[in-house]
Amino acid sequence: MTRDKSVTLGLLIVAFLILALLPQFTSGYLVTLLIDILKFAVLTVAWVVFSGPTGYMSLATAAFYGLGFYIAAVFSGTVPFPLLIMLAGASAFVVALGVGALTLRLRGVYFAIFTFALVLLVQNVVLEVERVVTQTRGRFVETVSTEGVYYAILIVFFLTILAAMLIRRSRYGLALQSIGEYEEAAAHSGINVVWTKVLTFATSAVFMGMAGAIIATRRTYIDPYIAFNLNTSFLPVLMAMFGGMGNLVGPVLGAALFTYIGEILLTRFPDLYMLIFGVVLIVSILFMPNGVLGLAQGVWRKMRGGGHAPS
Amino acid sequence: MIAFRDIFITGLLLGGIFALVSVGLTLQYGVARVLNVAHGEFIMVGAFMTFWLLGSANLNPLLSVAITGPVAFIMGFILHKTLFRRLMDTSPSLDIFEGKSLLASFGLLYVVQNLARIIWGSDVEGYNFLNSTVTAAQIPLNRLVALAFVVVLGGAFYFFLARTRLGKAIRASAQSPTTAELMGVDIRNVLAICFGLGLGLAAIAGSLLSTLFAIQTSIGLGYTVIAMVVVVMGGLGSITGAMIGGIILGLVSSTVTFFHPSLTMIAYYVIFIVLLLARPKGIMGK
Amino acid sequence: MHLLEGEGVSRNFGGLVAVAGVDFYVDQGEILGLIGPNGAGKTTLFNLISAALPPSAGTISYEGSPITGLPPYKICRLGIARTFQTVKIFAHLPTVRNVMVGSLFGTGSRSSATEALRIADEELEFVELSSLRDVPAGDLTLASQKRLEVARALATQPKLLLLDEIMAGLTRNEVEEAMDLIARIRARGITVVMIEHVMHAIMGICDRIIVLDFGVKIAEGTPAEVAADKKVIEVYLGEEI
Repeated sequence: MTRDKSVTLGLLIVAFLILALLPQFTSGYLVTLLIDILKFAVLTVAWVVFSGPTGYMSLATAAFYGLGFYIAAVFSGTVPFPLLIMLAGASAFVVALGVGALTLRLRGVYFAIFTFALVLLVQNVVLEVERVVTQTRGRFVETVSTEGVYYAILIVFFLTILAAMLIRRSRYGLALQSIGEYEEAAAHSGINVVWTKVLTFATSAVFMGMAGAIIATRRTYIDPYIAFNLNTSFLPVLMAMFGGMGNLVGPVLGAALFTYIGEILLTRFPDLYMLIFGVVLIVSILFMPNGVLGLAQGVWRKMRGGGHAPS
Repeated sequence: MIAFRDIFITGLLLGGIFALVSVGLTLQYGVARVLNVAHGEFIMVGAFMTFWLLGSANLNPLLSVAITGPVAFIMGFILHKTLFRRLMDTSPSLDIFEGKSLLASFGLLYVVQNLARIIWGSDVEGYNFLNSTVTAAQIPLNRLVALAFVVVLGGAFYFFLARTRLGKAIRASAQSPTTAELMGVDIRNVLAICFGLGLGLAAIAGSLLSTLFAIQTSIGLGYTVIAMVVVVMGGLGSITGAMIGGIILGLVSSTVTFFHPSLTMIAYYVIFIVLLLARPKGIMGK
Repeated sequence: MHLLEGEGVSRNFGGLVAVAGVDFYVDQGEILGLIGPNGAGKTTLFNLISAALPPSAGTISYEGSPITGLPPYKICRLGIARTFQTVKIFAHLPTVRNVMVGSLFGTGSRSSATEALRIADEELEFVELSSLRDVPAGDLTLASQKRLEVARALATQPKLLLLDEIMAGLTRNEVEEAMDLIARIRARGITVVMIEHVMHAIMGICDRIIVLDFGVKIAEGTPAEVAADKKVIEVYLGEEI
């Protein structure tokens, strides 16, 4: 193990311990806020795992997250909480494998539009199925204690970070980067492009599904509009761009800041919340320090490129 | 037979409106390269402006398009000159610009929708306009008038693109921005004009829709999706494709709605996704 | 047995016939030149061999077994590597990482990252780019980028290397260096098929040449035979061969 690696790992363990002990010392509000931040951090980091290096802008996050909601709603009460989370992750993985195999040959904005429509399709199908089968719109979910939710999302957060680090440092990291740079050349250099993309897409979906199942238990009632909300797809992209995707700290920082700002807006100006949020969003895209390192290109170059400034 | 006739007329009318909306979106994406998720919000704005003009100034809804269209055009022109222009100048590649402008337009969606909600509230609104039916045929008069209006408007717009100097510049830019620039087209202005025209068409479509259906400040996104479906059907950037695709989707919509109204949205998405997978370049695509 | 053999290989684009029923073979250890005017179907033939495109008709076999229908990455792992007419490098990755992609994924056997890095450095040394190993590939000159593509292809440890116009756009000096590079590649026992427009280079270096015109093979033979061929002279009318 190199020095660099052990420092990172050490920092991670310290961060984990601090966050794990936090509920023993602080008020309920901070824990609630942290749950929200960790949720978005999971979604953002998971999104960056796939879309960062490959440049495929996925807007399907809400589909996998919402799937987690429904897994939680359907199985809540019958299955223990940890199993429920794993079940959600596994389902998201399987669904994402299928979606990825179908769609990852679409390039550029077509892929973005497709994933965007996917969320709305699933939302409408679930709505219709519920109307016909259960003759209701929503479902009830058995709640879990705030502390239970906090620890669950904390563990999933660290799993996500760990997975993201492992993928980056493994051969898959280089494969994903070269796919983002020049897909055709990657294929002719021996990379199984389709499999690499689909597998990574599905892996990132696991964490989105798990986050969904956990957060669903924060609500007593869910319906397709709550579960498959387009905001859930767009926010992680913004948070990643806001924080920068050069390393994994960026997305986490972006998620934390964005969530916190949103929280303040919501409590101070509940009526203007969405309006101000839209303005903040536009302004941050316009003036984001790191935004140029955006979507279409593989962005790990800063970290991987040994300090060479990108042209 | 009567059912069939009604489905057909409604389908044609919806199709005409969808075509307006979609040509608007295709001008924004095909030429200005902005995949404007907020497109439908300007339909809503057009609808509410018409509603408001009727209530406050008793202005005929059909005449109000002379105000809603230009107002939306100016908004679009300014938006492009400020927001999207800047994004364009700071993006190192087209892919990055497309990604960023998509996100920026998502922010725009929030802003426009919530401003509208603050101004007009979130209730369902509506008014009666030419609600009598043409006696012999039992067709609502407002639908026939709106249909005639759409046909005239579509024809006029087509003429504009085909015959006028600016129209030709727009079509040239849609095919190849660089070549158009070489041919002496002031590309910066054309892009802003296209974005403005797109929003103008959306607002006009919204004004017409308000004569037919109840309106609400949340209706925008649904129409954005419709426009995206049509634009993908027709091929991103193809104006003819958007017109044909709009009419086809209108017919599909009225048919599905007649038999099973709750499946209409699902039908849109299914068509959309199947099309995207089968013919990513659209029905008019190469 | 030929190393690579194609029978009736064809490819249409809509109504356009790019490659029409071409029979060809490549033998172990030779340098085969592929020439012809622009649009003759040379690059399309490379794309068919490397599976960038599926053929409309015909079969291609490698070491005696058919390879048509395999995906590009499998073709590469079997030992057929290629470069591109317009360079396709990983512009934001350091030069050495570009090559490492080849040695990590393209060899057909699973190698460790350390091993892959060692091979990548060797190949960079071979194409004389070691001094630029940490520079982003996008910052290299065109001639160096072409060499980088060769290194990336060589890192996959191919038996057959397809070189698509690696001399186009190079200065006279750089062409000489490229010729020397190809000679050294052959000396390693790697079979080479090259598309080239630089006639003195191809005539001087190839063992055998195939001439394509409008997708059809119009001549085949040693450089001397091809240069004397009537049909070839017609196609290249006025050009000095």
